[in-house]
Amino acid sequence: MKKEPNPIRKPSRLVKLTVNGVTYERMVEPRLTLVDFLRGQLRLTGTHVGCEHGVCGACTVLFDRQPIRACIMFAVQANSHDIQTVEGMAQGDELHPIQQSFWENFSVQCGFCTPGFLLTVQDLLARNPDPTEHEIREALSGNICRCTGYQSIIAAVKAASQKLLNPG
Amino acid sequence: MKPAPFDYYDPDSLDEVLDLLNQHGDDAKLIAGGQSLGPILNMRLSAPKVLIDLNRVTTLDYQREEKNGLALGSMTRQSTLEDTAHLQVRQPLVATSIPYIGHRAIRNRGTVGGSVAHADPAAEWPALILALDGSLLVRNAGGERVITADDFFVWTLTNALVPEEVLVEIRLPKWPNGAGWSFVEFSRRHGDFAVLGVAIRLSLDNAGRCTDARMVLIGGGPTPIRTRHAETMLDGETISQDLISEVSHQASQEIKPDGDIHASADFRRHLASVLVSSALQQAAERATKNRS
Repeated sequence: MKKEPNPIRKPSRLVKLTVNGVTYERMVEPRLTLVDFLRGQLRLTGTHVGCEHGVCGACTVLFDRQPIRACIMFAVQANSHDIQTVEGMAQGDELHPIQQSFWENFSVQCGFCTPGFLLTVQDLLARNPDPTEHEIREALSGNICRCTGYQSIIAAVKAASQKLLNPG
Repeated sequence: MKPAPFDYYDPDSLDEVLDLLNQHGDDAKLIAGGQSLGPILNMRLSAPKVLIDLNRVTTLDYQREEKNGLALGSMTRQSTLEDTAHLQVRQPLVATSIPYIGHRAIRNRGTVGGSVAHADPAAEWPALILALDGSLLVRNAGGERVITADDFFVWTLTNALVPEEVLVEIRLPKWPNGAGWSFVEFSRRHGDFAVLGVAIRLSLDNAGRCTDARMVLIGGGPTPIRTRHAETMLDGETISQDLISEVSHQASQEIKPDGDIHASADFRRHLASVLVSSALQQAAERATKNRS
């Protein structure tokens, strides 16, 4: 039987992109997913890999400021684009107000889903600074959490919204 | 879970895309937003030798208001439409349906053309094209042709394109003045694939008689299904509770649902009847309100 040639390809494409304001250049294989690129090549392991087919939301990052699933995008597709991951949220030791609200509202248990939630919420509050509970629930419907039961996360989003509207 | 290796091209013009399709034919797969193809590649349900990425062909990302209706470039993102304020007036059925398409993160990448070409019988866009009597403009290196919605969806994940063709434009006729509409869907989680869904466009005359009705069910067979007999039962009739219950029963008999882990075939048929009933009610109310 003729064996189909299916060689492991060498990294063949140059990717130049900014992640959290830092510019990186790497050679990649075209089939490398963006999330594996961020974790494996850039060692930014804050973005988590969950279902790997776009359902769970754990790998959500901002692509040109819009949330996307990094597991169903290729690193080559991020060439000359701007990425923000959870590592870009805190300023040094000071948590981002959304992170602070998650902390205060006990919205993190095992923490696996948290980075995806944080970036989803960052986008929601950028588009809709004072969302209703219904709007919050709809916006979070694409992120799965198996620990909290969601109530504490919704409380954190409400708190973060108020914190960002009335800083200080 | 990683895709099998492929050769990757990301041309920035449609001409280059068409050239590449001519060179590689059936070995090539086009990738638009990748929100369906990405999972398929990751799970290795498909392992194309060549992937042609449309994301840099920015000339395919447009919305044009034309004399006959709305023309959408195939690379228009779902979230772009979601954020288009006048869509609610110009294409209310589309505007109502977009929030059901995945989640915001999916809609930021997912495109109208990708969703149409993917031809998933449980997806929203194929049903919208059918319900709105839309048509699809496709190109190959030699020229272009227009395919009607009725001819485009062949089978589950199978459309009428040949390997050398690319979908470039979605055309939706002008929204009929005063028409009512409804889009309802049942799914286990908001944004997930529909277990069953219904799209309806309905026009009433001044006496409240139905002059035009188009009803499409999703998740009820290998393609989105227009329930033509049920539509005929509405012709020239005033919408009453009795008629709604007869029509929704008829619609549930016109689908060919399969049973799977999400729902049995019987449950899907039951859902069809229930959802058509509430969708018809809502469409009729909207049409009535528009007349007064």
